[in-house]
Amino acid sequence: MNYTFDFNSVLAAWPRLLEGAWLTIELSAVSILFGFILGTLCAIGRNSHVGLLKWFIGAYVEAIRNTPLLVQVFLVYFGLASIGMKLAADVAAVIALVLNIGAYTTEIMRAGINSIHRGQIEAAECLGMSKGHVYWHVVLLPAVERVFPALTSQFILLMLASSITSQISTEELTATANIVQSETFRSFEVYLVVAVAYLVLSFLFRAGFWFIGQFVFTRKRKLGTNI
Amino acid sequence: MNHFSFIHISYLLQAALWTIALSLIAFVGGGLFGFIIALLRTSRSTALRRLASGYIQIVQGIPLLVVLFIAYFGLSIAGFKLSALVAAAISFTIYCAAFLGEIWRGCIEAVPKTQWEASECLGFNRFEQLQKVILPQAARIAVPPTVGFMVQIVKNTSLASIIGFVDLSRAGQIINNSTFQPFTVFGVVALIYFCICYPLSSLSKSLERKLNVGHR
Repeated sequence: MNYTFDFNSVLAAWPRLLEGAWLTIELSAVSILFGFILGTLCAIGRNSHVGLLKWFIGAYVEAIRNTPLLVQVFLVYFGLASIGMKLAADVAAVIALVLNIGAYTTEIMRAGINSIHRGQIEAAECLGMSKGHVYWHVVLLPAVERVFPALTSQFILLMLASSITSQISTEELTATANIVQSETFRSFEVYLVVAVAYLVLSFLFRAGFWFIGQFVFTRKRKLGTNI
Repeated sequence: MNHFSFIHISYLLQAALWTIALSLIAFVGGGLFGFIIALLRTSRSTALRRLASGYIQIVQGIPLLVVLFIAYFGLSIAGFKLSALVAAAISFTIYCAAFLGEIWRGCIEAVPKTQWEASECLGFNRFEQLQKVILPQAARIAVPPTVGFMVQIVKNTSLASIIGFVDLSRAGQIINNSTFQPFTVFGVVALIYFCICYPLSSLSKSLERKLNVGHR
């Protein structure tokens, strides 16, 4: 094989690739934020005593976790358009990603909430804390702290999976790469560059979540112990 | 206009067979390669451990879609003309090996250290230790997460549709292009995926529960 690599034409397109990477970051950040809220609410609902709600959330989680993201993206983008709800590609992408990560977060958060020892809650009640206080300070926050590493991994997987939204013409990193390669015919180089860009992005996300963890969960920083 | 009918459903089911076939290829390829990665990852040589962990970190930090594009478009321009099936098989092997390697590393490490020590006392060499003592126990621990990961493989094979492999997702797109009923078409596609994946998820969950019986 005699193939000469030529990265010049690819690197010349760096402003567009950077723009694409920025959209990937934006898409992921927004989806993670709303997905986390959705997932936490669903986890709380799934641990409640309302049978119908529990069943409904269970069905949602299983439906999302057992179907590919690609099909979910198509359903949201083409499906909603066919019933008259024409969404911009970015909006459809965010909706699909939020629904997707919400289901995974539900399972992770449920595990976290279930891992809180009954004695903790009883102790808090003995101290005279109100129900809301107990749930917030003794159940929810420690639960998030406990599952934070698992959440981080899942969120990074979501960031990588956001490349799938390139299929509905969301102009994020992968879609930009597709455009650049169709102009330069340097597909090997383009995708290698993009692969490195994704590696850097996942490193940045990991670092970002580590900082968030240090900032939000002060117990470890102050006492040096894990929960 | 062409309406969604039983012909389309039988076409989708046919395509679903390709999804299953590709999943099996990915599982076998990724399993063989992943097993080597897991062994390297738990080896005594620091260099080999670093090599395996570097491989895992790189592959887990890149989207599968980009791996597919490199294998399909990249390699073909570089002179290797790969069919979509071969490109997909290579990509999925690379991808699954990283994840299965990491899963199985955990399973090997979950075998208590005393088992290593005891087998060493019996005069087993490293290979015999692995073959006769460690791996049989690790395999037991590995079953539920491996079945769980098979669900991920089945779902991820949908990405092969993007490089033109006619699997379940691609068949759905083809039918949608002629019937313009995306809700029905992709709803049925999602349902077929669900029917493949849900039994695997349930199996993984129940195996996990069975295995954990001592720890309850």
